Amino acid sequence: MPKLTINGKEVEVPEGTNLIEAARAAGAEVPHYCYHPALSIAGQCRLCMVDIDKVPRPQIACNTRATEGMVVHTETERVKETRRSMMEFHLINHPLDCPVCDQAGECFLQIYYMKHGLYDPRMTDEKVHKPKAVPLGPHVILDAERCILCSRCVRYCDEVTHTGELGIFHRGDHSEIGLFPGKTLENKYSGNVNDICPVGALTDRDFRFQVRVWYLDTAKSVCNGCARGCNIEVHTNKHRTHHNQGRRVARLKPRFNADVNKWWICDAGRYGFKWMDDKSRLLQPLHRVGAQAAEVSWDRALPELVTALQRARPEEIGVLASPQMSNEDLWVLRRLAEQLGVKNVDWRVPPRVPGDEDNFLIRADKNPNGRGAEILGITPGGITPGQGGLDAAGMLRAAREKRLKLLWLFHHDLWAAAWPEADVLAALEGAENVVFQGTNANEASARAHLVLPSAAYVEREGTFTNFEGRVQRFRTALAPLGEAWPDWMILSFVGKALGFRDPVFAAERSEQVFDALASTVPAFAGMSYRGIADSGAMVKP
Amino acid sequence: MGENKTSERIFTRNFHLADSHRLTRYIETGGYTALAKALGMEPAAITEEVKKANLRGLGGAAFATGVKWGFIPKGSTAPKYLVINADEGEPGTFKDRYLMERDPHALIEGMLIAARAIGSRVGFVYIRGEYVKPWRILDGAVKEAYAAGFLGKNIQGSSFNFDIVLHRGAGAYICGEETGLLSSLEGKKGWPKIKPPFPAIKGAFGHPTIVNNVETIMAVPHIINRGAAWFAGLGTKSQGGTRLYSVSGHVVKPGVVEAPVSVTLRRLIYDHCGGIRGGRKLKAVVPGGSSAAILTPDEIDIQMDVDGPKSKGSMIGSAGIIVMDETVSIPEALMVVARFYAHESCGQCTPCRESTGWIYKMSRRIVEGKGRKEDLDTILDVAKRGAGTTICAFYDGAVGPYISYIEKFRGEFEDLIRNSARA
Repeated sequence: MPKLTINGKEVEVPEGTNLIEAARAAGAEVPHYCYHPALSIAGQCRLCMVDIDKVPRPQIACNTRATEGMVVHTETERVKETRRSMMEFHLINHPLDCPVCDQAGECFLQIYYMKHGLYDPRMTDEKVHKPKAVPLGPHVILDAERCILCSRCVRYCDEVTHTGELGIFHRGDHSEIGLFPGKTLENKYSGNVNDICPVGALTDRDFRFQVRVWYLDTAKSVCNGCARGCNIEVHTNKHRTHHNQGRRVARLKPRFNADVNKWWICDAGRYGFKWMDDKSRLLQPLHRVGAQAAEVSWDRALPELVTALQRARPEEIGVLASPQMSNEDLWVLRRLAEQLGVKNVDWRVPPRVPGDEDNFLIRADKNPNGRGAEILGITPGGITPGQGGLDAAGMLRAAREKRLKLLWLFHHDLWAAAWPEADVLAALEGAENVVFQGTNANEASARAHLVLPSAAYVEREGTFTNFEGRVQRFRTALAPLGEAWPDWMILSFVGKALGFRDPVFAAERSEQVFDALASTVPAFAGMSYRGIADSGAMVKP
Repeated sequence: MGENKTSERIFTRNFHLADSHRLTRYIETGGYTALAKALGMEPAAITEEVKKANLRGLGGAAFATGVKWGFIPKGSTAPKYLVINADEGEPGTFKDRYLMERDPHALIEGMLIAARAIGSRVGFVYIRGEYVKPWRILDGAVKEAYAAGFLGKNIQGSSFNFDIVLHRGAGAYICGEETGLLSSLEGKKGWPKIKPPFPAIKGAFGHPTIVNNVETIMAVPHIINRGAAWFAGLGTKSQGGTRLYSVSGHVVKPGVVEAPVSVTLRRLIYDHCGGIRGGRKLKAVVPGGSSAAILTPDEIDIQMDVDGPKSKGSMIGSAGIIVMDETVSIPEALMVVARFYAHESCGQCTPCRESTGWIYKMSRRIVEGKGRKEDLDTILDVAKRGAGTTICAFYDGAVGPYISYIEKFRGEFEDLIRNSARA
C-alpha cells in the first residue's frame, strides 16, 4: 500500500493503483478520455498528464503507478497548459456540431473544454471529413468526425465482450473507427459502447434525436429483466412530453456496482423498457361480467375482490404470485395468505422458451426477484409448513376441474408458459372467479373477471433480491400511469378491508413493509430499508 | 578535431566482391569465426565486450547496445526474442539495404552472437516490404546457414540452438519504430506500444525482446573477433567504430559511405561525396534522416558521431545525410517533409495524429501562396506543444524539421508569405 502526496494531500492506495485513481482518492479529478477502469491502458489521448516531482516532463497518469513517497501535482501551470494543448488537438478536426448532437450536455469534449480548454481556436484550414451516421449495429450509430479515437469501444469489444467487431482503420488524422469486414456490432452487450464513448461518436439509435439530455430526470433503479439485478439509472422525460413520442422513459443506463454488473448492462435489459409506456398498460380496474367489461373505480373493484375472497373456502382459492413482484409485495401477500389460511400459493411458472444465459451478466431466470420469493416462502406449504398446498400447475388443474372459486393471478403471461395453451384456457374458464393483477394486459387479463392495474417498478419503490441473495433498492422514477397502484398497496387495502389487524396492512410506505419483513424473516435479519447501500445488502445464508 | 583518418572498412569490406553474399565467400573471408569464438564465451562476457566497444544503435536512437542487452531480466525462463529492425524507413537512409544485399551472413552471424548473449533461441528479421531484393538475398543466406549447420539445432556441434524467421513489412514508416515493429510482427496494427513496460521486459508476444538495427548487429562479429578496444578506438569518446552514411541529394557522388564516426560532415560532403553538384552553393543539410533538425552551411564542421549533430541541436539519427543546394526552396522542403509525417503518423496519440495533418495543411498553404503572417508562429507553437507528449518518438522526429526549417530559414518563409499577400 504505497503512500503518496497528491496536491499536498497524503493518500494511501493499493499497490498498482494508477495516478488517475490515486488522484480520485485524494479528491482530485484528472481529465481523461481513453482511460477506463474496466479496460486496458491505451495511453492515447494524452490528456491525463500530471507533474511528478523529480520527473522532468509531465507524465500520463493512466500509465503511471503510484509509488511510495511520490509527489504528484495535478494543477500546475504546466499541466494546465498541457491540457489546453491536448484539448486543442482533440478539437481541431471536430465538427463542432453540438446543436444537432445527442451527446451535447454529457459530452466530455464540451465539459473539458469549459473546464480545461477555453483557448481561442486557431485552426482555420479545412477539417478532415469522415463518414457520418453510419449504423454499426441495431443499437449503435457512428459519427466518425466526432470521434476522438480514444479506442475505448474497440478495447471494450476486444476485452469485455470478446467479440472483436471494431477496429481503427487507416492512419494519422484519417484514422477512423469501423467494423471489420462482415461484422456488425450486435453482441448482447453492444449498447455499452454508447455509454463509454466519451463524445458523440457512438450514440444510441433508440435514444437518437428523442430528447435533450438536460431535460431528463434520473432515478436509481434495478433492472427487472433477469435475476442478475443489474443496477441502472432510469432516465425519464417529464417536462418535454411532446418529445420522445410520448415515451416517459427515455432510456436506461447502467449504474456502477462492483459486485453485480460493474459498468455494464445487456442490450435486452437496456432496451427492454418499452412495455412501461406501452398501449397495453392497464390503467384502470376492470370488471367483466360475461362478455361485458367495464372500467370501474378502485372503490368498486376492491369490494369485488374482498367478497370473492370471503365467499371461497381457503382450499378453493389459488394465488399465483410473480417473481416480478418486490419483496414488499410478496411479504404483504404472504401475510394476507396466512390470515386467509390459503395454502395454494406459488410463483413458479416454467417458461415455454427457456431463457438464454451466459457467463457474464445474463441469467436464464428472467425475473428480478425469484430468490426473494423463495426466501419469503411464497411456496405451496412454505407458508404453513408441513401442510402442502397446490403448486402452480396444481392450481390450474384444480381450476380446470372446477375446484377453484378464485384464481388470483399476478403479472404472469400464462400463454408464454410451458403448459399447453388449451390447458391454461380451460383453467381460466373453469375457475369461478379469475382476478388478474399486473401492469400490462395479456391473454389472461382479457379473460379475467376482475383486472387490477399494478404500478410498474419504475413507478414505485421497493427491493428485489437477486440470484446471489443481494437485496437491492429501486427508486421511484415516475408517477404510476392511470390509476395503477403498487402491488403491496393493493394487497394492504384488501387485508384491511378483510378486517385483518396485522400492522403491515396499515403500512403507508414500502419502507415500513420492508422493515416489518426484515424483523421477521431470519435471512433479512439486521437489515433496514434505509440501511441498504447503493451496492445492496446480502441476505443471511 | 581528432578525426580518425583510418580507411579501415568493416561493414563494406567485401562489397567489391560479386559473390559477397554467398556463404562460401563469407567463410573464405573469415566469416563465422566470431561465432566459434562467441560459443566459447560466457553470454555475460559477450555483452560486456559489446559495452566496452562503445557500440551504439545505428538505427536512429543511438542507445548503447551492450547496455540494452543487459536489460533482459536475469534468470528469466521466459522465451527471449531477438528482433532485427530492417524496416529502414527513415527518409534519406539506404544503408541496411546494401548491407543485406552484399553481406547477409554478417547479419546472421551477428544475430547468432547477440542471441547467445541474451539467451534467445528465435530471432526475427522485420524487413521492409519494398525491399524485395534484400529479402531474397537474405532468405537465400538463411537457407545456406541452415544447410551448413549455422542455424537450427546444435549449431556447429554446440548445445546452442537458434532459428531465424524473416518477416516482411507492409509499408508503414511507423513499423520501423521499435514497438510499432513489434505490434506489426505480432500481427496487429503497427501501433507503438506504451512504455513502460519496455521491450526488454515485455516485448514481442509479451516476452523479453531486444530490437537492434541491421548495421548495429553486423558490427558485433567484428567486435568479438578483433576486440572491444580496437572497435572503440576507431571512433570517438562517445561512440566506437565506423558506420555507414547514406548521402543523398545535391552532391556529386551520392551513395553509401563507410567512415569512422569521427568523420566531419564537411569531409563527408566535400571529400567522400565530391562536393555540391554543378559547383553550386550548399544551402542546408539534414544530418541524420528526415527527423533530424536541418543544419546550415556554417554548422557542418561537426564530427558525425552521436554528439556532433547534437551540439547543433540536431541528431545523428540514422546517418542519412540529405544535402540541399541553393536551388532548394526550404518552405517546399518543409511541405514535403510535413506531408510525409502527416501521411505516416499512425494516429494513435492525439497530438501527433491531429497536428501532423494541421501543420502539413499550413505548410502547403504557405507554398501555394496563401500563407498568413501568423502561420509560422502557429506551426512553431503547435510543434512545441506536441513535442514530448506522445507514446513514441515519431512526433519528436517530425518536430525536428518543423521547428528547424522555420527557425533557421525564417526569412525565406516570410518573404514567400509577404510576396503572396502582395500578389
